[in-house]
Amino acid sequence: MNEPDVVVGIGGAAGDGVASAGNTLALSVARQGQAVYAYNSYQSVIRGGHSWLRLRISAKKPLNHGDQVDALVALNQDTLDRHLQELVAGGAVLYNSAKLQPAYAAPPGVQLCPLPVPDLTPAYRDLPVMQNTVAVGAVIHLMGLDFKGLESVLESTFAKKPQVVKTNVEAARAGYDYAVAHFTPLAKQLHATSQRWALVTGNELMAMGAAFAGCKFYCAYPMSPATHILEWLTAHAKELGICVRQVEDEISVINMAIGASHMGVRALCATSGGGFALMTEAVGLSGMLETPVVVVNVQRAGPSTGVPTKTEQADLNQAFGASQGDFPRIIMAPLSMPDCFAMPALAFNVADRYQCPVIILSDLLMGEGNETVDPALLDVDFEIDRGELITSPDGRGAAREPYLRYKDTPSGISPRAVPGVPGYLHVAASDEHDEDGVLISDVYTDTVRRKKMADKRSRKMADVLKHLPAPTLVGPADADVTLVGWGSTWGVISEAVERLNREGISANHLQIKFLVPFHVAEITAALSRSRKIIVVENNQSGQFARHLRAETGITAHGHIRKYDGEPFEPKHVVAGAREILERGTAVVEVLSTEPGWQTEHPTGTAGDWTGRAVATAHTSSVAT
Amino acid sequence: MATAVAVLDVKDFKPEVPPDWCPGCGDFGVLNGLFHACAELGRQPHEILVVSGIGCSSNLPGFFRSYGVHSLHGRALPFATGAKLSNHEMTVIVTGGDGDGYGIGLNHFIQAMRRNIDLTYIVMNNEIYGLTTGQVSPTSETGMITKTTPHGNLEGMLNPIALALASGCGYIARGFSGQPKHLQKLYADAVRYPGFALVDVFSPCVTFNKHNTYDWFRKRVYRLEDTAHDSTDFHAAMDRALEWGEKIPIGLFYRNPNPRPTLHTDDPGLQAGVLVRQAAGVGRAERQKLIAEFT
Ligand SMILES: Cc1ncc(C[n+]2csc(CCOP(=O)(O)OP(=O)(O)O)c2C)c(N)n1
Ligand code: SF4
Ligand SMILES: [Mg+2]
Repeated sequence: MNEPDVVVGIGGAAGDGVASAGNTLALSVARQGQAVYAYNSYQSVIRGGHSWLRLRISAKKPLNHGDQVDALVALNQDTLDRHLQELVAGGAVLYNSAKLQPAYAAPPGVQLCPLPVPDLTPAYRDLPVMQNTVAVGAVIHLMGLDFKGLESVLESTFAKKPQVVKTNVEAARAGYDYAVAHFTPLAKQLHATSQRWALVTGNELMAMGAAFAGCKFYCAYPMSPATHILEWLTAHAKELGICVRQVEDEISVINMAIGASHMGVRALCATSGGGFALMTEAVGLSGMLETPVVVVNVQRAGPSTGVPTKTEQADLNQAFGASQGDFPRIIMAPLSMPDCFAMPALAFNVADRYQCPVIILSDLLMGEGNETVDPALLDVDFEIDRGELITSPDGRGAAREPYLRYKDTPSGISPRAVPGVPGYLHVAASDEHDEDGVLISDVYTDTVRRKKMADKRSRKMADVLKHLPAPTLVGPADADVTLVGWGSTWGVISEAVERLNREGISANHLQIKFLVPFHVAEITAALSRSRKIIVVENNQSGQFARHLRAETGITAHGHIRKYDGEPFEPKHVVAGAREILERGTAVVEVLSTEPGWQTEHPTGTAGDWTGRAVATAHTSSVAT
Repeated sequence: MATAVAVLDVKDFKPEVPPDWCPGCGDFGVLNGLFHACAELGRQPHEILVVSGIGCSSNLPGFFRSYGVHSLHGRALPFATGAKLSNHEMTVIVTGGDGDGYGIGLNHFIQAMRRNIDLTYIVMNNEIYGLTTGQVSPTSETGMITKTTPHGNLEGMLNPIALALASGCGYIARGFSGQPKHLQKLYADAVRYPGFALVDVFSPCVTFNKHNTYDWFRKRVYRLEDTAHDSTDFHAAMDRALEWGEKIPIGLFYRNPNPRPTLHTDDPGLQAGVLVRQAAGVGRAERQKLIAEFT
């Protein structure tokens, strides 16, 4: 189905209200049956800087934020200067003509839409953000949508203040009417549908999904881009009966979560890479105590403090190596925002069943991105599987007969009694221990028991893959090229593969959700017919490609990587694949740039492919 | 609430595994006091959770018959906080050493007092790192010679009692493992106190601390109960907390006459009762309400 899609870019300085204008617009179009995928490229400043939000809007659900701009809402001169050149023919640029003037000619076929904001709303004099309301009203008309969606959003946003509703509705209406009278609609027109949409971020979905899956304890230390999970759960803690605490640091966070889980509740915690680094010792504690815990790492860019407001997929090695020693762990990465919703339920179930830590690798792109989801898909009564959990005495009474917390069973799973139940007294120990929990860490001659207990724990992993669906190859089985990605790049690679096929390059796609344990047999089989394998990942060193090779022996033929802080756009992947196929380049690093414009801000979307090939040891075949 | 059974005996808390501490270690006295206190409190072994960190002293849960956790070095308090919040009907006792609680875990100690989580924290303070064979501790005296301070400890001593007062702790006591009967009372009162309670115990390490020996303590300690000390008087408690030298007070320094609400009483998520007993998941009507917030 070829539904038109419109990308609206809203730009301004921090404090200009970019995010709330975007939110109003997204909700308004969603209420007219339009699906939205939004990504805000912002900075960690409270005032100033440049914030660049792109919303891709279509009746057909977009899988990423696209790579062009059809309508630009410039809230300041800087935005107008940076992005005017990026608009495509048939597009339009909206700005407050009382304040801003284009500094150069618009690209051919692009309509200038100056809005005389002071004449359109008297409220502007005291409240400069009213220019946003006017512009949102105007852009709604340009896309071909009705005013009523916007009106209803303004009514519900300011429900408690009728006067504010009135002022905003009047301003928005003035913008809408002015556009009707003075501007030509965009070349691409949207059509209202009856589909209902919920507009959510990946973090909100993760939080709500965890609550629906029976999470009863959550604690965190604020860290972008994971903080909104804490905020959503805090806001709903009372009504949902979830204990939600902000605590002193991430070391405390994970130890508290494990402590809570130890008593028998489902416990979750989330952070970003730096916080996860502090948690790592206790990831091993969970492995050793065999007390489940689910930890979410919403990855952001860079080592150390890094780039707090930018996205990356570079914590894979950190997750593999979190904590010393060998112990079972499960690592999974949601493929999309809706996947963020379903993942906690799965993570809790396998954590409970296998009594081990589960690490979920989300990232800023999904965590803070906004997407519309069919509300019906969110009304899920997740299956809750607590595994072999003993929560009542079952007639055992307070008998003193020995209960072996770490019983050496064929599956390696030992029935887990929670403290408080009569008859199952035991000590759970982080030191190596025997089946009854008694320490054997200092018994140096007891190699046999030490090995027995390590084997018992590792045996649990043999079974885990049964619960994790294997990835499937999407697209023609005999394609010329297979693009392999993991986690959040699913949407962008899907679209790139579609485009490649349209452009005559037959391509298919394999996206990996489960990193540990790894579906070695299924992945090896899926890739066995691939002529060329290209791994696409949002990091510098190719962490996933190395994992693929380590697990399956498969060496990718080419790599498309990005680590400039911005997410991939479909054009990056398409151009990268072409570069590899046509020129034999081994590693293509792609970059978001604003060609032709002098700027330190690297988030533009215009121009030809903005990538570059990098000569590495593998690139001997690069054509010159 | 589970009903307390009054007739319990010390042997109900004694496991088969004997402690493997060095003969004469102060921790035996600490454990003995705890056996008696728990028998006195009348809580069944399965209603008690003892959480420790890592150290000689932190091996205590293995020598006590109740539910127990031997967690990470310095992390017993966060672990126990999570445990208490999810099942606040349990009596949660945290045990550990001076290195564990006042060194690597110091931040958690202060935060736990500040947040007034209802735990009893027993610190076996031997002024040394015992398990790692005799390195300086935050409570080692200035000038003390240890393996890692061969020229004498340059740093000042951490004063846990004064720190606890400053951090909002509502029950602050110090005992001496040479006086287990006294310890029994301090522990039992600490457990009964609604809120965070600290019992710091002089518990000599006979193997690695040749300075703070039983004799050293016996010569110096005196009981606050034998003086006119008013344990409801914060400032008087602070004055006593600062005493160190020829005379060192033990006993109850401070008991807040108007205890603050404990964390679990006021936490919004716990208003429906004990967390582990709440149904997991969210009902249909509630789900739909939450989803509607996004439309
Ligand atoms: C993260 C970490 N660092 C260091 C250690 C090594 N370690 C174990 S116990 C201990 C100090 C114990 O001293 P204390 O808490 O006073 O207990 P004691 O043995 O004196 O009773 C140290 C440093 C460890 N187990 N974990
Ligand atoms: S080394 Fe010291 S603290 Fe450890 S058991 Fe021996 S006497 Fe006790
Ligand atoms: Mg010590």
